[in-house]
Amino acid sequence: MSRRARTALFLAGGAGLVALLAWGFAGLPAFGDYHGVYGHLLNQRSLGQTHAMNTVVAVTFDYRGFDTLGEEFILFASVLGVALLLREARSRPPEEVDVREPFDPVRATGTIATPLFFLLGLFVIAHGNLTPGGGFQGGVVTAVAIVLIGLAADRSVFHRLAPKPFADLLEGIGVGAYAAIGVGGVAAGAAFLQSFDERGKIGLLTSGGTIPLLNWATGIEVTAAVVLIASEFFEELEER
Amino acid sequence: MSYLPYALAGWLFVVGLYGVVTSRNLIHLVMCLSVAQSGTYVLLLAIGYVKGGTAPIVNGVALGTRMVDPVVQALTLTDVVVSVTTLALLLAIAVEVHKRTGTLDPDELREMRG
Repeated sequence: MSRRARTALFLAGGAGLVALLAWGFAGLPAFGDYHGVYGHLLNQRSLGQTHAMNTVVAVTFDYRGFDTLGEEFILFASVLGVALLLREARSRPPEEVDVREPFDPVRATGTIATPLFFLLGLFVIAHGNLTPGGGFQGGVVTAVAIVLIGLAADRSVFHRLAPKPFADLLEGIGVGAYAAIGVGGVAAGAAFLQSFDERGKIGLLTSGGTIPLLNWATGIEVTAAVVLIASEFFEELEER
Repeated sequence: MSYLPYALAGWLFVVGLYGVVTSRNLIHLVMCLSVAQSGTYVLLLAIGYVKGGTAPIVNGVALGTRMVDPVVQALTLTDVVVSVTTLALLLAIAVEVHKRTGTLDPDELREMRG
């Protein structure tokens, strides 16, 4: 099919899609005029039930914890896919490449930013049950701190600091820990992924039962996953 | 005015799809897909918004403060994670395609090669 025909076909179909969307949106309550039941119910009950101040994290790691397990596996599978695609096609192992000295201000900024980002990431993971954030968000920030070393300073330093076997191992541990905490609920006589830990005093880092534990498992998994993805793409660059 | 956020979500979705259909470069195509996915975040968050509501985090707010729906926010988080994983996989496929065929133009990838 020619480009023009394809675009014309899309415009015809797209017009239908737009009409359908407009029809559907017109049937929704106006913006801000919320009619849902679950939102209000959770906002009223969640603190008393879970002792986690961040209701979004309570939903992610407690009420919908099983859904998040699936999410963990999605991330795990996609990193596996990236690694399989890129590692197999690599004809030879990446040799020690002499990476050009990056522009000095870049290196300086990166060196200053790396520890700050790393700390911020750990902070965001640790305070997931209290303030905005959590394992997914904090994990990405932590990973960015490590990837920044490869971008701003030196890729060989990055590979030495975050060797792939180690990141592989951490990723498995993160996702495994999440599932193991879920099984812990069963072992304690509750349901899978039901919190079996003391709920703790509201406002503490440890409050929320298993929420902080699941948070950390997720943080470790996400950090390792993002570092691994970056690692694979870095090696692609080095092959040139 | 009160339907503007929904219109924005629809616009992002459709304009992203348009980009996917007309793209001449696989990297650009993947980015367009991510624009289309952003439309779903806007829609989810817009549906859960309560007029005058704060973020659903009970830290330093008075009891009984009106809050927005936490469920759709958690769903948006799931959505973002799924989006990132697809992005990573598709970019890896784009790298492979370029390595094997020397092109990133989807129109030049008509023939199947063994």
